[in-house]
Amino acid sequence: MDQVRRNFLKSMGAVMAVCAAGLLKSGSVFAATWNTQAFTSKDTADAMKLAGYGGAAESKDIVIKVPDIAENGAVVPVEVTSNIPGTTSIAIFVDKNPSPMIADIGFMNGAEPFIATRVKMASTSIVRASVKAGGKVYTASREVKVTIGGCGG
Amino acid sequence: MAEEMKMRATMQGDAVDVKVLIQHIMETGLRKDPKTGKMIPAHFINQVSATLNGKMVLDMQWGVGISRNPFVGFRVKGAKVGDKVAVHAVDNLGTVFDGEVVVA
Repeated sequence: MDQVRRNFLKSMGAVMAVCAAGLLKSGSVFAATWNTQAFTSKDTADAMKLAGYGGAAESKDIVIKVPDIAENGAVVPVEVTSNIPGTTSIAIFVDKNPSPMIADIGFMNGAEPFIATRVKMASTSIVRASVKAGGKVYTASREVKVTIGGCGG
Repeated sequence: MAEEMKMRATMQGDAVDVKVLIQHIMETGLRKDPKTGKMIPAHFINQVSATLNGKMVLDMQWGVGISRNPFVGFRVKGAKVGDKVAVHAVDNLGTVFDGEVVVA
């Protein structure tokens, strides 16, 4: 615990030093604060609502690239591309996970609405990608079959 | 902290393609230690941001469902060779991970 506390204090000290130097405003290292409620929700629809993706319309312009069958549920590659103009964020959910919300990604200043990552899947499940674009919300999903579950327990 | 993050940034057309790999256990908090019978506490990266030449391009919140040794790939339009891409990540215990790479 001591080493973690030392790292924490060291990193906080570094952040404060940078703030004092006027290089960044305190609190602006990340644009958003961690959405505890959405990330701990046990239900996709509820998590979507809590993260601002509620009432999303199904869209064919969200492309989800996932394996049909994941050999290892601990590491399932997921790529999401949004072809919806004005996309500002993409969120990923795995319905059957204990906490379905996987990630919420905001894009700005030229970043393309594309994300590639690897997720844990507890069992065969729908993988959902939701998009915020132009003040509206959209969503798409794909099913991924999992042969060996990936939450480790 | 630089050893824990591997980054690569290469131009693909008019966008830079960035790949990041961070060494991290991404412990969910749902596993039991078989020896002690106690739950292993959650320990996972929960916030990641990326900048291009100091300007934020990506702002991510992660949950425990991101795989161990997290990988993330993203693209930014308008980048050019020589530009600097930096990634800043923090985990739920407050440990900070920083990495940067020059666009090739």
